[in-house]
This record gives sequence, structure tokens and C-alpha cells, in this order.
Amino acid sequence: MIILTAPERRRAISGGAFSLGSIALFVGIAVLVLLSAGIESGGDTSLTDPYLLRILRFTLLQAVLSTLLSIVLAIPVARALARQPRFPGRLWLIRMMAVPMGLPVLIGALGLLGIWGRQGLINQALSALGLSQPVSIYGLAGILLAHVFFNMPLACRLMLVGLERVPAEYWLVAGGLGMRPISVFRFIEWPILRGLIPGIAGLIFMLCATSFTLVLILGGGPAATTLEVAIYQALRFDFDPGRAVMLSLLQIVVTLLVLGVMTLFRAPDDHGLTAGRALRRIDGQGMAARCVDAALLAAATLFLGMPLAAVVVTGLEANLFRLVSQPIFLQAAVTSLAIALAAGLLAVLTSFAIIRARSVISADRRKSLGLHGLALALGASSSLILLVPPIVLATGWFLALRPLGDPSRFAAVLIIVINALMALPFVIRVIEPAYTVHVSRTGRLAASLGLDGIARLRMVDWPGLRKPLFTALSFAMALSLGDLGAVALFGSDSLMTLPWLVYSKLGSYRTNDADGYALILGLVCLLLTIAGTAGQGAPDDESRRND
Amino acid sequence: MTDGSTMKAEDISMEGVELRLGAHDFRFDCALPQGKIIAIAGPSGSGKSTFLNLLAGFEQPDRGRILLAGQDVSRLHPAERPVSLVFQDNNLFAHLDLFTNVGLGISPSLRLSKEDRQKVSEALARVGLAGFEKRKPGTLSGGERQRAAFARALVRDKPILLLDEPFAALDPGLRSGMVELLKTLHRETGNTVLIVSHDPAEVRRLADHAVFIDGGTIKLTAPIETFLQGGAIPALTTFLQH
Repeated sequence: MIILTAPERRRAISGGAFSLGSIALFVGIAVLVLLSAGIESGGDTSLTDPYLLRILRFTLLQAVLSTLLSIVLAIPVARALARQPRFPGRLWLIRMMAVPMGLPVLIGALGLLGIWGRQGLINQALSALGLSQPVSIYGLAGILLAHVFFNMPLACRLMLVGLERVPAEYWLVAGGLGMRPISVFRFIEWPILRGLIPGIAGLIFMLCATSFTLVLILGGGPAATTLEVAIYQALRFDFDPGRAVMLSLLQIVVTLLVLGVMTLFRAPDDHGLTAGRALRRIDGQGMAARCVDAALLAAATLFLGMPLAAVVVTGLEANLFRLVSQPIFLQAAVTSLAIALAAGLLAVLTSFAIIRARSVISADRRKSLGLHGLALALGASSSLILLVPPIVLATGWFLALRPLGDPSRFAAVLIIVINALMALPFVIRVIEPAYTVHVSRTGRLAASLGLDGIARLRMVDWPGLRKPLFTALSFAMALSLGDLGAVALFGSDSLMTLPWLVYSKLGSYRTNDADGYALILGLVCLLLTIAGTAGQGAPDDESRRND
Repeated sequence: MTDGSTMKAEDISMEGVELRLGAHDFRFDCALPQGKIIAIAGPSGSGKSTFLNLLAGFEQPDRGRILLAGQDVSRLHPAERPVSLVFQDNNLFAHLDLFTNVGLGISPSLRLSKEDRQKVSEALARVGLAGFEKRKPGTLSGGERQRAAFARALVRDKPILLLDEPFAALDPGLRSGMVELLKTLHRETGNTVLIVSHDPAEVRRLADHAVFIDGGTIKLTAPIETFLQGGAIPALTTFLQH
């Protein structure tokens, strides 16, 4: 299909190639520096070092356990949600399940501490009952708890989407055949879930294997440290670049293997909108099934809702007015917003160039081998940040810039680029479907009328794509605002961001201040997400009616 | 741009046009008369839309030449070809009003003279949408949107009008009115109309000439009377029985 004129095609393809080249260069330099540093100091710390192996083992162990727990717990909850379409508050529970995905991890961690921590609700209740053995949120148990808190809802939503896609007739047939719930699960629900679970598990495993903030806060000491946190500690506290290099290389090997396995199982898409659809299911209406489901859903609501409520409650207990008027807060807020805006814009522009180039190449029937390769590389470009996680990237650049002076001088730029790369996969997922629909709707028409260049941008592309672009921008900004990872390596008193402020308050045992700032940060991220999704539910009615 | 009224002697022709899309091979050879309404018929997946896309410029042939109004257009971009297009849907930009949508047919950057503006309003009135200038496509019915697309084809004033199942999304009741409108407009402008259709009744009512495509090639090009007899082509007989 030929839609663009030859000069436009050339511009689109070179724009994509430029974006790809820049990403590859940024990631490549970091990896090369790490590799060469690793070769240089090869003798100091070998890959068979018992310390390294212990950390590797713990990283994998907690990731495997977190994934298993998240999946196993998500199955009954998703099933209960699917077969109780009229459960009171069902829609709100589904919405709440989206919150951990969008919430900065740091804030979620504070909420978990408010419930499960040493001074948390659970331990207070236990000691009121006269039990002296407190529940400890630190160490492996705490990390697993936190990972389940963040990933079980994700798994649940993805499974629910799958279950809701089942044709309504299946349930009628199942009812007509007199299938009992166990048979419904065995013959209808499980076959669907079985197809989804490998993809979901891969996604969650990846998230847990590269988890940084949660492990930083909840993991204590060398017994419960993941590769990412160990890299941070090696650079920040022990100043042992050699070890940081070995850990980084190990991390790349791990993510490479996980990504390789993951490509075999594609994670299902979370089309948030389908989750609200009322289903006509006639099973699961027996008294026993309804009681079990109600108990399950109530438990899930408490498990997810209490930490979120704790963020609000403890945050409100802090003296918010005093906190907001502190100069350090204003400085951090301005820095954070500036970084987030720059990172968001960079992510959106880069994604747009990549998406446009890919769209142009895929429309080309007679593409050369080179273009074919470029399209594949463009498709893989957003995964580079998964392969080389933020901490590893930051470590590479930390070492690369050291000869030029204090690396924290370049911190802001590095954080912006790293945050933009982190947002890239999400931004592409928001923009690409909208772009594809937009092109299918307007491409041939614009081409036949000879609309191109500025005129098409002004009259067709901007009005048609404005909303998804803003949505993507606000998601990217929220992601950047809540990120602690990249800041942690470079953050200093001269570069204070909001998450770093929360973390340093937490570190200096000013928990109250940390809670207050966490609430503010959470609210800002929430507002951004709401602003981004506003109007997304009704993407201009006219164009929809025009279909 | 060529002026439609001076191009009386020319027609549409494909000379040894070959194209491969995925696993499908297409091969078209034809010469179509000028100033007629020509139906492009065939079963779904036969290559009707590919045939139209080749003429419009959305696909370029691997081999062979395409001549439109006497001009070799094989390598031209869609906007450079002497054709107007009306698709099954999405003919209008949903966020722009009808005046702008039709006006874009005259100037893609919407630089319109006073006469141009007059022409847009006249064209809208001609298709029965007088006074609809400020309306957005979303407030119109499906039939009204297709009329607006015809209005744009009118102001574009190209010698060839390509229609890709323009009435397929409309109610049967609306279709006959649209067929009549198309015939009237054709009589007035004298342009060549190519219409892809899978509706034998529509072909019968509308066309002077018809092309039957099956399996990626043209099986028959004939005046409508011959076409309607089926010409001993089993696939065409099946098509006509629907």
C-alpha cells in the first residue's frame, strides 16, 4: 500500500533509523564500557565468586516464588470476578487492580509498610491480642508479599480479559449440559488460562527479576539482595566498580535468557475496557460458589486496598502544609516535573518516529532486505531497556563519564534519557494501535487528496492523534516522576527528585515526612494518569460513528 | 492536472500489469471505454480491490504499464493521478466540517478563492446537502456522508471516478437513491466511472459496461448486455444468480 510520497517515506524511515541509532548508541556505550571494565578487572571478581552466586541465586529464587504466588493467587480471584458479574463493587475492584501498575513502586512499598511493617496495622493487632511474635516484612517474605501486591492484580486483570472473551454461548452450553463448577473450570476456564499463563508468568518474572525499589526498601542485608540492589550498593556504598561491573554483566545475562524464553510466549494485552463488560454467566450462582467467591473477593479487596488506604491515612497524618512549604520540597518538585516533562516528550517523540517508520516499512510490499532488518530492529528497540535495566545502564554511564569529572554533573540528562527509555515500551503500546487505526482511516483519503507535509499534520494527524499522544505523555511523565532507580545512583543534594526525597526521609527515619511526601507524589501521579485517560474512554464520538 | 473536458478520446488501460501480494499473483490486461459507467464485479478475494488500488496508485505494478486518460501513471503517487476516489467508508475526516472536507478536494492546503468556496457550496447543494457546510460528518447519516464524498469528487473534476463498493454500507432503501444520483452526476460530467460492486442488481441498474475478475485476472470485459448473459463462465453465472 502506497500512502506517503517518496520524500515523506524517506523522512519517516530516516527518522526511525535515527531514533533507533540513538537508542542503540546510548545502550551500546554503557554495555561496552561495562564489558571493557569487566575484562580489565577480570581477576578481581570472577563470575564464580560465592558472593555473586549467592546474589544470583536469591534474585532468581525470589523471582520464581513471586511469579508462582502471583499466578496461583490470581487464578481464583480472576475466576471469581469472571463468574460474579453482579458482585457489588466489582468494577471498583477491577479499577483498583490497575492502581498498583500505575502507582510509583516506592509509594506502594510505604503503603505495605503501613500495614505489614513493624509498626503496621497487623503487628499492632497481633500485639493487642497478646502475640509477641511480630510479622516481619523485611527479607524474603516481605519481598514476596510486595511482589504479589504489585503483580497479582496484573495477572488477575490479564486473566479476566481472557475469561471475558469467551463467547457467551459457552456458558449457556455449559449450563445446558449441567456442568458443575469443577467441570466448567476444567473444560472452559482452565484451557483459556493455560494459554495465557506462560505469557503472564514471563512478564511477571521479568518484572520481579529486575525489581529494584522494593528490594532496596524491604530486602535487608546481603541475605536478601537482588542483582540490581547489589549493583547499587557496590557503586554507592562500597565504591567497588569492579563488582558493580560483574553484577551488571550477570544481570544482562539473566535478562537476556528470560527475554529469550519470553519471546516464545507472548504476554496477552491488557485491553482495560473489556474488563467492565457485564457477562451473562449462569454458572457460579449456587449458594456455595457465591459464598466462596464473595470471601475471595473481599480478601483480595482488603489485601490490595489496605496498603493503598494506608498511604492516604498516614500521609494525611503528616503536616502536609509544613512539608509543602519546605524549600527542599519545592526544589524537588520542580526538578522532578522538569525531568518528567523532558523524559515524557523524548519518549513520545522517539516512539512516534519508530512507529511511523515501522508503519511505512510494513506498507512497503517490495522492501529491501535492509528495510526488512530495520523494521525488525525498530520492533525490538523498545525491548533494549528490558535487556539492559536502568540500573545497569546508569552504571555503565557512571563509569563512562567518570574520566570527565563527577558523574553526578551529568545526572539530570542521564536520568531523562533513562526514564524516556523506560517509558518507551508503554508509550509505544499506547500510540501504536491509535496510529494504526488513524492511518487505516485517513491514509488513503489523505493520499488521494494530495494532503501532505504541514497541511496533513495540521488538519489530519494532529487532530486525530492528539489524544493518544497526550495519554502517552502523561503515562511517561507519571512513570518518570515515580522512578527511584535511575536517581538512586546519581541522586545527590544538588539533584533532589521527589522519590529521592521520600527515600531519604525514610532512610533518616523521618517516616512521617516520608508518608506525607509519598501521598503528594502519589496524588501527582494519579492526577497525571487521570488527565491522560480523560477522554480516552470516548475517543471522539464522531469518528466512531463514522465507522 | 489535466482538465477532464478536453480528454474525450482517452480511456483506461492496463498493459501486462503483474503484481504479487503475499502469496497472491495478479495479472491484468484491459482497455476500458471512456465516458461510461463500468462495473468491476467478482467474488470476494478475487482481486477487485487490488485492481482498483492499482488504478488509484495505492499499489504499483511489478511489471507492465497503467494508462489513465492517455497518461502513463504506473509510477505516480495517488495524488498525481487524474482520478477521484470514493471508498466504502471513512471518506470524510471526522473532525472537519463538510465545507473543509469538500474544500480539501480543491486544495489540499485549503487555500480557496472566492469562486472555489462558491463551487464547494454548489457541489453540496448538487448532492442534496445544501446548507450542510458547517456540519460534522458524525452528525450525518451514512447516505449523507457518501453524498458529501460525491460532492468532493464533483469539485475535484477529474476525468475518472473510482468507487470502491460505495453503497455497501448503506440500507437497501438508500441504495437506489444513491444509484440514481450517481447516474445523474455521470450524465452531467461525462466522466468515466469505475465502480467495484458485489451486487448483481446494482451492476444491472447502473453499468454500461462490466469487468469480471476471478482468481487475480480479468475473465471478461464486455458491454453490460453480454455480461449479464454470463458468457459461459461458471463463476460469473454464480455471481449473477445472487
